[in-house]
Amino acid sequence: MIPAIIQTALTSLRRDRGALALSFVLPVAFFTIFAVIFGGRRDATPRITVLVVDEDRSAASERLVKGLENERSLHAELRPAPKKGAEQPEYTAITAEAAVRAGDAPVAVVIPHGFGLAPISFGEESNRVAVQLLRDSSDMVASQVIAGLLQKVAMTAMPDIMVEQGTRALDQYSGGLTPEQRRRMDEAIASLRNAPAGNGEGNSQDASDSFGAGILGVRTRDVVGENKNNPMVSFYAAAIGVMFLLFTASGAAGALLDEAESGTLDRVLSSRVTMTSLLAGKVCYNTLLAFVQLVVMFLWGWAVFKLDLWSHIPGFIVMGLCTALAVATFGMLLASLCPTRAQLGALSTLVILIMSSIGGSMFPRFLMPPAMQKAGLMTINAWAIDGFTKVFWRDEPVTHLWPQVAVLLVTAAALFVIARRLSRRWEYA
Amino acid sequence: MPTHNHMPLRIEALVKRFGGVTAVDGISLEVKAGESFGLLGPNGAGKSTLIRSIVGRVRPNSGRILVYGEPAESPSARAALGWVPQELAVYPRLTSRENLAAFGRYHGLAGNELQQAIAWCLEWAALADRADEVVNRLSGGMKRRLNMAAGLIHRPRTVLMDEPTVGVDPQSRLRIFEMIEGLRREGMAVIYTTHYMEEAERLCDRIAIVDHGRIIALGTSDELIHSAFGSRREVAVRFADSGEPGAAWMEQHGGRRVNGMAHFTVEQPAEIATLLQGAARQGFEVLDVTLHRPNLESVFLHLTGRELRE
Repeated sequence: MIPAIIQTALTSLRRDRGALALSFVLPVAFFTIFAVIFGGRRDATPRITVLVVDEDRSAASERLVKGLENERSLHAELRPAPKKGAEQPEYTAITAEAAVRAGDAPVAVVIPHGFGLAPISFGEESNRVAVQLLRDSSDMVASQVIAGLLQKVAMTAMPDIMVEQGTRALDQYSGGLTPEQRRRMDEAIASLRNAPAGNGEGNSQDASDSFGAGILGVRTRDVVGENKNNPMVSFYAAAIGVMFLLFTASGAAGALLDEAESGTLDRVLSSRVTMTSLLAGKVCYNTLLAFVQLVVMFLWGWAVFKLDLWSHIPGFIVMGLCTALAVATFGMLLASLCPTRAQLGALSTLVILIMSSIGGSMFPRFLMPPAMQKAGLMTINAWAIDGFTKVFWRDEPVTHLWPQVAVLLVTAAALFVIARRLSRRWEYA
Repeated sequence: MPTHNHMPLRIEALVKRFGGVTAVDGISLEVKAGESFGLLGPNGAGKSTLIRSIVGRVRPNSGRILVYGEPAESPSARAALGWVPQELAVYPRLTSRENLAAFGRYHGLAGNELQQAIAWCLEWAALADRADEVVNRLSGGMKRRLNMAAGLIHRPRTVLMDEPTVGVDPQSRLRIFEMIEGLRREGMAVIYTTHYMEEAERLCDRIAIVDHGRIIALGTSDELIHSAFGSRREVAVRFADSGEPGAAWMEQHGGRRVNGMAHFTVEQPAEIATLLQGAARQGFEVLDVTLHRPNLESVFLHLTGRELRE
């Protein structure tokens, strides 16, 4: 009896391609995505981009900069990428802050004037000039890593200065060195000074932990999100919102398949309604539905998590409508691709979960390896989340949303055209 | 614009193939104003494909369809035609009134005109008291009637009904007949497909018998029967399994065997005795005999050798 039941179930599963895909393809796809992101593959470890501004131009600051440049886990940028082949001027404190605000990098290190006079200190901190860390607090990982690495680089890139400062402290607090002791210390410092700058081979975790309090003065300032009540709420409202919008849109678009199956679609198309106007009408409805869903989500965020919705209304409306339109056309494409509701359910689950994981709906894209971050840009999720982040996190004006708006609108138009072509199968027999 | 001088429907040499299967094979016909025209044939004969071609849901491979003189795909033809599909093509989560409003708007109705059309349809389909009931909660017969009403919401001059009584209980079927007869009294041209010969006999002025995508006979019910049988009557004989006549004996007496029954025709009832005596002489055991006037079922049997409901 039991073998017969197993055999029947297996035969049914074998013929249900959607269920097969959900059973075997989806778990493997998800495992792969998570493994690539969190599995610690060495060749895929994400490097943190840090903007470096050297205002001091001293020997010590130059060595600190070199140390940061040599650090493997960092991608230190002194100047923006060349535009049309023309080299750009180096970052200043102002341009670096603007770049962090714009989301070009999660953190900037500014080495201020006077840093070289007392780069590190073992004693009182009043006489040293602190390095400034300008950070985007939405990326909580990057600034912590940089803060630790700065301490490590200070040791590995400036060992002579560390010993010199240590000797001074010893001299000051121990009652004074003998001339012979001072001579030997000076020789050691000279030899350290001639040694090559740190190459970042050391154990960065040990360094940041051991000198967490810091031989290097570091002053951190949030340049983005400094006044936010709950930094990640707006991110997750957008991220989770877009994922569920995609599910809703594909479900709503599935009504087309129900109508085709029941014969209602035939009856509608025998009236004055054309296939194009029918699809357009359904996309409009699904767009409104998705937009209302976003409104409910953000209202909840405002009511419960103090999300600052009211001062971002124009940006919210622009991003909300563009996102809703893109997901509505995406749902319509899936529906016109699938012959049955069951297949639509399986395909949409598969595609939407994968899109959401690489597009940043499940975890922020800055945690992903660069290649996956780029792949994420193929998804509606990534562009929608970037747009909402600009609005709610970076407080950027609506005009700055044009790249996201353009991509979402062009995507929507392209998806609609493809869905229209695919829907020809319903038009005539 | 369609004019009243043109026939409601004129089909010329229509052909529709699906892959290697020819569903409609060169059909030509005309439907006159106010006429009730039946397409009678078994399942798979090509009736629905023909209807779907007329309402623009199937694109023919060749041939021409004119509705009041205009091509079938033209907006004026669409406005002039009403279509009641075989499936229950209504929105199950809307009420009857909401369904009629939706299909009315799809046909371009609005305002007062729409409200009047809805009221007429609800009255015609005897659904006025259930107008605000969600379709899912209506009985099968009510759903069928709503399905029909939705095809008439834009008050077309010709209506095509594709087996509207499929799956309907006898009482609801009678009600549907009355609804269609009401339309005929109003002068609407009705094109009606069915595989029930009694429906065709009751509702249709002229009938086209369709088989394998072709019209194999066309005329009034009496004309069809007369052309096939003249004044002869039909005798159906059931023989016992142990003593059935062979093919040669059947052929000699002009009979044919269908579904276990032997069918013969006779001019006079007295010929039955001769037939039965011949059978007895051969040792064939007769279980029962019926004599009846040929009907459309007999015509179909006569023309194809098969029963309508095979």
